[in-house]
Amino acid sequence: MDDLMIEALTLVLLTLLAVTGLAIARLRNLFAAAMLTGLFSLLSASVFMALDAVDVAFTEASVGAGITTVLMLGALALTRGREKTVTKMRTAQALLVTGVTGAALVYATLDMPHFGQPDTPVHTHPVRAHYLEASEKEIHIPNAVTSVLASYRGYDTLGEVTVIFTAGIGVFVLLGTARRRRR
Amino acid sequence: MTEHTILRVVAKLTIPFILLFALYVQFHGEYGPGGGFQAGVIFAAGIILYTLIFGLDEARRVIPPWAVRALISGGVLIYAGTGVACMLLGGDFLDYNVLAHKPAHGQHLGIILVELGVGVTVTGGMIGIFFVFAGRGRRREGTVE
Amino acid sequence: MSTFLGLYNYWIVVLLMMIGFYIVIGHDNLMKKLIGLNLFQTSVFIMYISAGAIDGATAPILGNVDAPYAHPLPHVLILTAIVVGVATTALGVALVVRIHEAYDSLDESEIIAACDTGDEPAGEHRDNA
Repeated sequence: MDDLMIEALTLVLLTLLAVTGLAIARLRNLFAAAMLTGLFSLLSASVFMALDAVDVAFTEASVGAGITTVLMLGALALTRGREKTVTKMRTAQALLVTGVTGAALVYATLDMPHFGQPDTPVHTHPVRAHYLEASEKEIHIPNAVTSVLASYRGYDTLGEVTVIFTAGIGVFVLLGTARRRRR
Repeated sequence: MTEHTILRVVAKLTIPFILLFALYVQFHGEYGPGGGFQAGVIFAAGIILYTLIFGLDEARRVIPPWAVRALISGGVLIYAGTGVACMLLGGDFLDYNVLAHKPAHGQHLGIILVELGVGVTVTGGMIGIFFVFAGRGRRREGTVE
Repeated sequence: MSTFLGLYNYWIVVLLMMIGFYIVIGHDNLMKKLIGLNLFQTSVFIMYISAGAIDGATAPILGNVDAPYAHPLPHVLILTAIVVGVATTALGVALVVRIHEAYDSLDESEIIAACDTGDEPAGEHRDNA
């Protein structure tokens, strides 16, 4: 009964996500599109919670619904808030390319193992059992995601911290220096 | 926004709890969901709320630009420094087993240090980026407050 | 029916991916393109987490539970990807602001036209403080 509820909740949330995505594509008012992006992030954080990814949900909610929305609204305050229309030809071309790619991808998903089965190649690979055991035995911390993030894949996390560092420096260089208008 | 009494009072009540929650998430990342990234973003969100209510100048007095730059670089330094310390103590880069007398304690210490580095850099990065965006708008308007 | 329930996650992922893709290639506004990129990234995250989920599992925080644990590795990869995504968005948005200051427009076709006719962008001097 519990499983059924969670599955129904996941279906509903995913449908809401699709509706929000379509609304973002159609809106020409960029402020509204930025707010809907925040809503989109919050809905995807809920989907992550329903799929048992608690760390990811935490990060997506704080980063996506918090920081990204603030940045976009800040940038929209510095620029303009409405979008011009594009030609029908351009829309038709984009829809054609998107439709063909989408059809190819859906055809590819027909071969995928069904969602949630415990016997997919993802779950039977020995690395899953190894990480879950070793997090208990070698490191003695309960949160397996932190132990993999900080210890087993610590090098990747060093790269990630460097990416944030680079982004901060990049934004400083682009926007941080004073400007004087040339008369 | 300082003339809005309700906003100011509610912000003063909630910001300490936001910052405290960020510290909680940082240090309990091993026992529950959380860790450096989430904690850094929550801390930055508290400071961003302060900036929105009380103005950029006030926030710049709380966290001056040199402190933001120190935070961003300091976190990467802590992380890479932990790796180099492991090398100096005889192990490989980022091999936490050599940090303490028992491998499990060494791992624990290494993870705490590394998550601290991550949290510090994410805090500095998010605060710095927001300050830059907020400061840009003011300069363009030409008003000096 | 069981195919529908088993693959619905992935079909929604493909739909969101295609919406994001359409926004990037079919719209001219630079901010809108960045929003579309964000949509695309989030759909990829949902695909990874769906691949790592098990029916009736619990979060990968070890304790005394009977249920199987979700796979921790996709969670780690997506954590990194989310933070890298926000770093990319921050830089992209900073570039958009600078482009707007230089060309006074966020429309890609207008900017390319201004570049082609050799219009000099509204210049500012930098004082390297």
